[in-house]
Amino acid sequence: MAELKVTAIREGTVIDHIPAGKGLKVIEILRLNRPNGGVLLLASNVHSGKLGRKDIVKIEGKFLSEEEVNKIALIAPTATVNIVRDYKVAEKFKVEIPDEITGILRCANPNCVSNHEHTVSKFYVVSREPLKVRCHYCERTMEGEEILGNL
Amino acid sequence: MDWKGRDVISVRDFSKEDIEFVLNVAERLETELNEKGALEYARGKILATLFFEPSTRTRLSFESAMHRLGGSVIGFSSAASTSVKKGESLADTIKTVEQYSDVIVIRHSMEGAARLAAEVAEIPVINAGDGSNQHPTQTLLDLYTIKRAFGRIDGLTIGLLGDLKYGRTVHSLAEALAFYDVELYLISPELLRMPKHIIEELRERGVKVQETTDLEGTIPELDVLYVTRIQRERFPDEQEYLKVKGSYQVNCAVLKRAKESLRIMHPLPRVDEIHPEVDKTEHALYFRQVFSGVPVRMALLGLTLGVL
Ligand SMILES: [Zn+2]
Repeated sequence: MAELKVTAIREGTVIDHIPAGKGLKVIEILRLNRPNGGVLLLASNVHSGKLGRKDIVKIEGKFLSEEEVNKIALIAPTATVNIVRDYKVAEKFKVEIPDEITGILRCANPNCVSNHEHTVSKFYVVSREPLKVRCHYCERTMEGEEILGNL
Repeated sequence: MDWKGRDVISVRDFSKEDIEFVLNVAERLETELNEKGALEYARGKILATLFFEPSTRTRLSFESAMHRLGGSVIGFSSAASTSVKKGESLADTIKTVEQYSDVIVIRHSMEGAARLAAEVAEIPVINAGDGSNQHPTQTLLDLYTIKRAFGRIDGLTIGLLGDLKYGRTVHSLAEALAFYDVELYLISPELLRMPKHIIEELRERGVKVQETTDLEGTIPELDVLYVTRIQRERFPDEQEYLKVKGSYQVNCAVLKRAKESLRIMHPLPRVDEIHPEVDKTEHALYFRQVFSGVPVRMALLGLTLGVL
């Protein structure tokens, strides 16, 4: 944990065990790539016993909503979320891909009704590894880059 | 399963028991219809047929089914004649129409439109085709036709011929047939092979599947040959269409090699995939297949209305 201390935050969230290279995408999806007052740190390509190489994102003064955690799960299924209070990890959990993904993903099918009418998008997880989801409306499946591109 | 108020949107929503139940009710209704000429189950009930995209055959089949059940029909046959043209949302159209009717049949060019309609409507919604996605009543009538012709579905060897890549009908039919103990031959030009994920799913579900381009070599094996049209409008590329158009023609010469009991099906309309000379043979089942749409749709209308 020595490396964490160097850039320790007083209060906020540390997202650890992000697959190397996906850290920026996590920042983008959480819309942290704009000034919000708090410190934002990205450690990329850090050595990891579990993953070989990993990314870490630390966000000062922010706690994640369930929806945000679900988004992270889609990009970085291996990630763990640490909630930091008073420089200590107060809570720690692994992200988990839910069975249903509601509201956070757009359908890649341009002719899907969800892209034309007022609806809340909904997908069913068909497989977790590799991640494959099926649109509740048009029933098409999406995977890989298609999912990342439509978050 | 309580059918009253249930929506009929996708073959995926059905279990084998659901399918068998609908087929049995359809058979009962067909017998009753033969005996009495007209039925009264849906007397006083109104069906709204919302055809945002024209499909005369499907609409007539639903209308005929509702009339034969003793009910009546309102509706439109193209979006051009409705408020949709003025920019009304699908949800608002559905909420309005359900004030006038007891059950809705919807045909729409967008995938998922029927699912959305069903979520908005309090009354049952039946999908009559949403873009290239689902057309569940076609699949049920296909199964019904096979069952009526052979007395069973289990144990049959079925060939699906033509455009297996873009053909919505054959995708759903194959998925529904996976509930049964059947052997499938997928006969198509290389360019129009059945999508891999469907073949994998069929194999996972225990169906014996063989892919081939050879109709003549396969035909002696078959109990059912399900022919589809190669549809120009489904092709993203005209060149690709020209390469495969007219790939197969089922005619009396080809049928010489077939079992006497072979039955040929086609969702119609056909262009040149089946020669008219075949119509007069015992093999032709496609007009009977059109007729099957009526009892199957009667069953679905009556069940979802809760009058059967
Ligand atoms: Zn969709």
